[in-house]
Amino acid sequence: MSTESTPALLKGAAGVDGVRTDGPAPAGPSVRGPRARSTTAYLRYAAGKLAGAAVSLFAVLVTSFFLFRLIPGDPVKQMTGGRQVSTEQIAAMRKEFGLDLPLWQQFTEYCGKALTGDFGTSYQFRAPVMDKITEALPATLLLTGTAFVIYTAIGIWLGARSAWRNGSAGDRFHTAFALTLYSVPSFWLGLLLIITLSVGIGPVPGMFPTGGMESGSGSGFAHVLDVAHHLVLPVVTLVAVEYARTLLVMRSSLLDEMGSDYLTTARAKGLRDDLVRRRHAVPNAMLPTVTLLFVNLGNTVAGAILVETVFSWPGLGGLFYQALSVPDLPLVQALFFVFAAAVILMNTLADVIYPLLDPRVGR
Amino acid sequence: MTAVKTESVTEPGTGQPLLDVRNLRVTYGSGTSAVPAVRGVDLRIEAGQKLGIAGESGCGKSTLALALLRLLPASATLSGEILLDGEDVLTMKWGRLRAVRWAGASIVFQGAMHSLNAVHRIGDQIAEPILLHGGATQAAARRRAGELLEQVGLPAARADAYPHELSGGQRQRVMIAMALACDPRLIIADEPTTALDVMIQAQILRLIEQLVSDQALGLIMISHDLAVLSDTCDRLSVMYAGRVVEEGPAKQVYEKARHPYGSALSAAFPRIGDLASRHAPRGLPGDPPDPSALPSGCTFHPRCPVALDSCATEDQELRPAGPSRRAACVLVGPQAPATPGPHGGAQETRSTS
Amino acid sequence: MTTTTDAAPAIGPRALTWARRRHAAARFWRQYRGHRAGLAGLAVLTLIALTALAAPLLVGADSLSVTAAPGGPLEEPSAAFPLGTDQFGRSLLALLVWGTRVSLTVGLLAAFLSVAIGTLVGITAGHFKGWYGNVVMRITDWFLVMPTLVLAIALATVLSRSLWTTVLAIGVTTWPTTARLVRAQTLSVESRPYIERSKALGGGHRHIMSRHVLPNVMPLVLAQTTLVISTAILTEATLAFLGLGDPTVVSWGGLLQDAREAGAVSSGNWWYLAPPGLAIAVVALAFTLCGRTIETVLNPKLGGSR
Repeated sequence: MSTESTPALLKGAAGVDGVRTDGPAPAGPSVRGPRARSTTAYLRYAAGKLAGAAVSLFAVLVTSFFLFRLIPGDPVKQMTGGRQVSTEQIAAMRKEFGLDLPLWQQFTEYCGKALTGDFGTSYQFRAPVMDKITEALPATLLLTGTAFVIYTAIGIWLGARSAWRNGSAGDRFHTAFALTLYSVPSFWLGLLLIITLSVGIGPVPGMFPTGGMESGSGSGFAHVLDVAHHLVLPVVTLVAVEYARTLLVMRSSLLDEMGSDYLTTARAKGLRDDLVRRRHAVPNAMLPTVTLLFVNLGNTVAGAILVETVFSWPGLGGLFYQALSVPDLPLVQALFFVFAAAVILMNTLADVIYPLLDPRVGR
Repeated sequence: MTAVKTESVTEPGTGQPLLDVRNLRVTYGSGTSAVPAVRGVDLRIEAGQKLGIAGESGCGKSTLALALLRLLPASATLSGEILLDGEDVLTMKWGRLRAVRWAGASIVFQGAMHSLNAVHRIGDQIAEPILLHGGATQAAARRRAGELLEQVGLPAARADAYPHELSGGQRQRVMIAMALACDPRLIIADEPTTALDVMIQAQILRLIEQLVSDQALGLIMISHDLAVLSDTCDRLSVMYAGRVVEEGPAKQVYEKARHPYGSALSAAFPRIGDLASRHAPRGLPGDPPDPSALPSGCTFHPRCPVALDSCATEDQELRPAGPSRRAACVLVGPQAPATPGPHGGAQETRSTS
Repeated sequence: MTTTTDAAPAIGPRALTWARRRHAAARFWRQYRGHRAGLAGLAVLTLIALTALAAPLLVGADSLSVTAAPGGPLEEPSAAFPLGTDQFGRSLLALLVWGTRVSLTVGLLAAFLSVAIGTLVGITAGHFKGWYGNVVMRITDWFLVMPTLVLAIALATVLSRSLWTTVLAIGVTTWPTTARLVRAQTLSVESRPYIERSKALGGGHRHIMSRHVLPNVMPLVLAQTTLVISTAILTEATLAFLGLGDPTVVSWGGLLQDAREAGAVSSGNWWYLAPPGLAIAVVALAFTLCGRTIETVLNPKLGGSR
């Protein structure tokens, strides 16, 4: 959501006009893929990208550790706030959380443990951070995964159609609608949906739950339905903004392709218009789009923070928000790392997959 | 070279021509922003004939090529008649037009790197029209694609390559192979050798000539390179500002043009062996006219070295200028005023490759 | 020494440049005028700007006072309070108008900071290349990998809660995209022949960067700024909504947070929730439309297809 735009003034920016993308310039023209069409060259390339990802992950680990140490306030004091605690107890708590060691030592210990998946113990919950994360992960995956499938499918389809019928009433409407959705704060949209469809105003009855992932303890199919019922509004909210972005990206990619000569060749061969679009234009337009989709998915996870907060969805986003208020250092650090890792992972995937899609970049 | 060509330099008139374009007009846009790109062009070509269309950029020759198969954008208005084997392309139904495209007439585009789809293999791109028009099986189409590649001098195994893996000359050969895929009767080559260097240019031109004569196809070749056209084609039409200003047998138009523009165009090309022309190539001052703001009268008059006063007010039609030749100049034809005509191109013999 | 004898006064190169720039600006405006969407966006922005500036006159600072609130808590819209009241009884319309100032200011400042850093980094990285350029681009790439919202939240948490924190958080997390674009443009500009000539004539680093690269990069920067403002306004609202904004000022995002905390959602008080978000959306959209129009004008290749 809080992402920047890449004006299409620069060819290297894959022609994403006015649409915000976070992340490096898409893997298309800037990927120096191996020129040779050999599998070993590709594997070497992929290995290089993975190594780069590992370096980035480490950099994030470092940042997450030191950044949150800057939070004003003493976590121990926060946790015991108000209660009468003796100095020995405070000292004991410090020792428990390793806060009495010098910073460098804390850091090396942290890194060492992180490699084994031990991110420490949450101050708030007194439980291993990894446990809290794995608890909350499925909910986030469910939300973002469902939303991703929906907004990708609709966004690409409508984006392609809009571009192909450029200038038509349908195109103008879809573009205007997407631009508007794109400017709408997602959390506000969520709140409005809650008010109108959950609480119900005027004649509209409350049809959906106001929050949470489930209510009641039905099991089996009833449980699935229940979760699905709770899933509707959060997914709609998340889909709204991301669909708009996807549509705009796909549309501008296809518009860039539409003036191309190879389409004239295709028409000259006698192909029907929709075949020209589907077989020739869209595959070329998909190249920058796919890259951007991957890159954006990493950000969607972060953007889901807002939706989860608004709908009290028990995922990583809500956890993050909770942890910030304490501040629950181990949990915050770990979550920060997880969010950044998601983005790094998606970017790396995009880099690695792109050569498989674009023959010009070699395999 | 001349011994090999079947020179059909006489005006075709017997039987139904392969392509008969009558008074073709193409206008982009409409109303006050209408830009006339082609302003009344007549062409005729028989099977086995090769017609060259020459002109500078902006004269409308590429528009003409695309118009022949109705490939112009929707904003273009066409009028006149384009009779391909007797059928008018401009009034064909959509389905009939798509069937005629590529199977009746095909186009060899320039700039093959951009005219080929970068993410499809060239074998698939050649096979695509075969599958579309012929109802052949995938395997048969692939086989045919391989055969076509061999015909143009590429190994059939290259069918699995992508366009960017080929050199410029190879890509142009692929374009030619693709154009022959559905056995068309007419091939329109739009600047087929412009982006290539001279050695490759010669190869490609020989290839085109050979294929056209082997299969008795009609060929329309469009280029700004008059020398190339005169060598390859039987007849030559020179276009200026959307009109044909001179037409006739290729050699004659090249060596001794009757229209001042034609002679200036051919004079701009230095002759091999002519030292004088190398040091002082005669160019033409000024720029081609802006189609949206054409000069009055004869559109060439601002740049014409032998313009008369009347040229600024009176437009010129094509007039007879010799056996099966026509030129649109007031100084041409039986009623020409008694002033020295424009100098033709150099009289020295040119070594033809 | 001979004096010139022509009648026209000698025009110095500086004056020529400015005359040319004035012409370019006039041409730009003429073309911009042709785009309805851009004009609509501009009109909206002018209106918003005027509202922000005139806010003290329109509603008066006393309408922010919690203790001297004129109305009852959470009243529905009425003639006296067109948008109802908040939980303290203050007129929501007044709050909305007043919030324009903060939202716009933060948006503009943050965008300016972001683009300034991005341009500076981009030009220097593109100009100096080599070791410095590489290091800078690595840092930029690293920033690009971080999800901006998460980083902004982190920064806003770490620093004290104030408007400057918000500005800083947004500025620091969004400059990388601008930097990358500006660097690419710098590389392209510097490959042009006149730069070589300028160097041969003795142009130093500062001269080339400020006199040649910067003016060529400005159109890109301008388009980027407008689009970044849009993002900045949305981010400011987000941070305020999450409780990371300045609690002492009224902003639209803050209003939404107040609404939620006051239970407006469960009580169905849509008039508390709808207007601030609508205002955010309208302003963000207006900036986006302007930005897209600027891009279209500066790059005719994008044409009427947008």
